[in-house]
Amino acid sequence: MSASNEAAVLAAEVKGKMINIVGEGNFDDSKTGRLVYSYDATPNFQSLPAAVVSPRNTREAAEIVRICNEHKVPIVPRGSGTNLCAGTCPTEGGIVLLFRHMNKIIDIDEENLTATVQPGVITLDLINAVEAKGLFYPPDPSSMKISTIGGNLNENSGGLRGLKYGVTRDYVMGLEAVLANGDIIRTGGKLAKDVAGYDFTRLFVGSEGTLAIITEATLKLIPIPETKKTMLALYQDIESAAKSVSKIIANKIIPATLEFLDQPTLEVVEAHAKIGLPTDVQAVLLIEQDGTPEMVNRDIERMSAICKEENAVSVQIAESDAQAEALSSARRTALSALARLKPTTILEDATVPRSEIANMVRAINNIATKYHVKICTFGHAGDGNLHPTCPTDSRDKEEMERVEKAFEEIFVKAVELGGTITGEHGVGVMKAPYLELKLGKEGIAAMKAVKTALDPNNIMNPGKIFAKDSRKRVVITR
Amino acid sequence: MTTREEQEKIQEKFKERMDEDELLNCMRCGFCLPTCPTYIESGYKESHSPRGRIALMKAVVDGLIEPDEDFERSLDLCLGCRACEPVCPSGVNYGHLLEEARAIVSVNKRYSLPAKVVRNMVFKGLFPHQNRLRNLTGLIGFYQRSGLQTAARGIGIMKLLPDSLSSMEKVLPSVPSMKEMRNRPEHLAPLSKKVHKVGFFSGCLMDTMFLETNNATTKLLQLAGCEIVIPKNQACCGALHGHSGEKEGAKDLAKRNIRAFEDSDVDFIITNAGGCGAFLTDYAHLLKDEPEWNTRAIAFHEKIIDISEILVILGFHEKVKLKLPAQIVTYQDSCHLRNVMKTASAPRALLQAIEGIEYREMKEADRCCGSAGIYNITETEMSMQILDYKMEQAKGTYAKTIVTANPGCLLQMKLGIERAGLSGSMRGVHIADLLLEAVGERAEK
Ligand SMILES: Cc1cc2nc3c(=O)[nH]c(=O)nc-3n(C[C@H](O)[C@H](O)[C@H](O)COP(=O)(O)OP(=O)(O)OC[C@H]3O[C@@H](n4cnc5c(N)ncnc54)[C@H](O)[C@@H]3O)c2cc1C
Ligand code: SF4
Ligand code: SF4
Repeated sequence: MSASNEAAVLAAEVKGKMINIVGEGNFDDSKTGRLVYSYDATPNFQSLPAAVVSPRNTREAAEIVRICNEHKVPIVPRGSGTNLCAGTCPTEGGIVLLFRHMNKIIDIDEENLTATVQPGVITLDLINAVEAKGLFYPPDPSSMKISTIGGNLNENSGGLRGLKYGVTRDYVMGLEAVLANGDIIRTGGKLAKDVAGYDFTRLFVGSEGTLAIITEATLKLIPIPETKKTMLALYQDIESAAKSVSKIIANKIIPATLEFLDQPTLEVVEAHAKIGLPTDVQAVLLIEQDGTPEMVNRDIERMSAICKEENAVSVQIAESDAQAEALSSARRTALSALARLKPTTILEDATVPRSEIANMVRAINNIATKYHVKICTFGHAGDGNLHPTCPTDSRDKEEMERVEKAFEEIFVKAVELGGTITGEHGVGVMKAPYLELKLGKEGIAAMKAVKTALDPNNIMNPGKIFAKDSRKRVVITR
Repeated sequence: MTTREEQEKIQEKFKERMDEDELLNCMRCGFCLPTCPTYIESGYKESHSPRGRIALMKAVVDGLIEPDEDFERSLDLCLGCRACEPVCPSGVNYGHLLEEARAIVSVNKRYSLPAKVVRNMVFKGLFPHQNRLRNLTGLIGFYQRSGLQTAARGIGIMKLLPDSLSSMEKVLPSVPSMKEMRNRPEHLAPLSKKVHKVGFFSGCLMDTMFLETNNATTKLLQLAGCEIVIPKNQACCGALHGHSGEKEGAKDLAKRNIRAFEDSDVDFIITNAGGCGAFLTDYAHLLKDEPEWNTRAIAFHEKIIDISEILVILGFHEKVKLKLPAQIVTYQDSCHLRNVMKTASAPRALLQAIEGIEYREMKEADRCCGSAGIYNITETEMSMQILDYKMEQAKGTYAKTIVTANPGCLLQMKLGIERAGLSGSMRGVHIADLLLEAVGERAEK
């Protein structure tokens, strides 16, 4: 952890130019102002930027980028800083670019079923605004109350509804973006079909601020499902839970949500929230289906039958909203329960093909035992996207080393099973050393070629995605 | 302004005294940001958010930054509303961090002379002494009754005061006479079949400026079947001290109150001011370094309960007929009642039980009104910005009556009504007063 970046102060000339563009109030290089943008939600990363700049519109953003390019000043675009890969930690100094003024919903187009928004819009605000019009924007990361669309786009965030509805990427139709040289380009549009040239929209989604600054996005909306129903199934062994998942899908039912909690997670949840769940069960599945009432009822009944066939020890179906709340409370409180155990919480997102879930969970539990660390696993079973979570204490160096080793082994195992090192949290600095595991040397070289072509001076969120040298460590301690 | 020396001293004390576990416990997830009024009203500046403030405290401990003026600004602008706590997955006790940080700054800083005089007067001279507070309130009463108030308004002396203060002067309740204030009984018998013996925490402001509300509260308790003990030797709760960094003063008051109620053998200790109640429940933390007192504080705090909560527990609203003339009523949460004492549904249940009224929930009723102790005097600009937003939401309900559960909130709502030019069509009342009105024991004011 490098705490200070005194070398990276802005030249007076650069500072003056920036203030000319955004105004005094939107340029901050005070110690306090810089400190509060020196971190994100990733444990153990902190590094001060030289200044924090808040453009009010695309033109100002573009002018700031142009100056940065001219003077080779790194730019760290930042939404709400909730990412878990150190993606907004200014490890190389430079400026943090905020979108706190660019937070308007520009329009909700009910004819084309699109929403056009600025990057600073809070995800939940957008969801609420479109739902008020009977429309639906499905990507719902657990952080949606505070995450921004800009952040969601750049991490290609997923959510609980991912299995049926896909992730952020599946709802992006067009973008307005500022390139590293300050050019403003538009990609896609309110178009269902568009094959005019390379698909830059897809390239920028998930690019973690390393290719362009997104200043506007046109998102796809769908009609809102009529109803929703929730059920909960408990199992004595992980295999049965995993088999239920596969069988549900093999039966051509795609539930809206298919979440999983393992026994260590359950134990922690029960200790914290006292929901009344048995803690000796080995796995829990939380299942939701939405759609027309007939379809929802039919699917829930069939899924309930499948769970029982696969030896669920208990299957409960919620008859009211209040009951649904109660059933989903274990899943909802999982993070709170885990976060309260120890000062440091490491939340990972190794992902495997759906069919490998049982193998992966078992491997995680064995690895945890091997390294004497506590790892609780919950996550999106339908997507094979697991969240092995480790409550620990970053001050305990010896334990942190074991935690790092355990996670490294988890990543290796995930890739071995045909999975990936990150399903939705992104690479950032945190997982850069492991990218090669997934992509191989050639894959990284190809990506770097794209990066260099679009950002020859390496000013766009430098140090993210590509590691200086691979396979260092997961958690960087002081 | 703090000098370099003062800053070094503050930094040293931060290293020594700030709870490192609690600071580390913040995982910087940002879930608290959307609930923080100062984050929103500052135009989404992280330095005015809970996560930012915790990071700043930690940075001072770690030696990454000095506790400079911007740092103090960030702490000063915090309302201490603790809306950031219930939403925190990690369970960070932000209130404790803030209190300690403010205590360190205030002890190690020489205030400018006028600030010092005011602080001394408020924290040492006034609030610890019920009789002096009574005298001051008496003075306000004299001022109101003598016609001086009308004269002063006429001459426009009040125009010279800052905007908020001069409006504040208009909304002060008409205070009781000295005699009424001194003659409070120490014991009251139940007015229906006795179900509990309870203690009543009368509070300093509540027992002077808001004496009528206290009377309403005890009357409701009597009607609900409570025998009430009101120990004479109780004192101000100390919240104002604690929240402003005057920790030692707060501890003295805490001990006095624990002692006062210890011998009375009561089942519950009732409060009717969310701010006081929350602070009383925090005595164990305040006295954590004194083991013997800590134990006594725990026994004390387990009995603390707000008037709304106890009335609901006793089924008051089911037993007693509550009726009012047709009107729309809305409720503004007291931050500390909601976020610390976790009482939110009880007041709503009581209001909804009143026949004749229509209860309408206000949008963001759980957001701070900007009163926050003496915040509306020390941080007037931000406070008024927050209040004006609140009044927009209040207007949206078309309520005739805004109900609150804390004296500070009540004054602030009255101020808001005045500022919004609604004094003809809207009123602010304490829930105890409204309930007594609904019982038919007191006419609408
Ligand atoms: C408790 C918790 C739960 C979470 N749950 C989920 C979950 O369920 N699913 C999930 O996918 N993620 C989850 N996350 C991770 C995180 O919330 C998401 O990655 C989210 O999309 C980040 O949004 P943000 O606004 O905070 O972006 P930031 O963290 O500020 O930024 C994220 C990335 O986007 C870049 N960026 C931001 N705005 C722009 C822009 N306008 N132009 C270019 N680049 C930009 C940044 O440089 C950075 O690389 C969770 C995080 C936490 C702390
Ligand atoms: S919600 Fe809690 S853990 Fe998250 S940033 Fe706020 S204080 Fe920290
Ligand atoms: S106490 Fe209130 S104002 Fe202070 S940080 Fe928490 S939410 Fe914000």
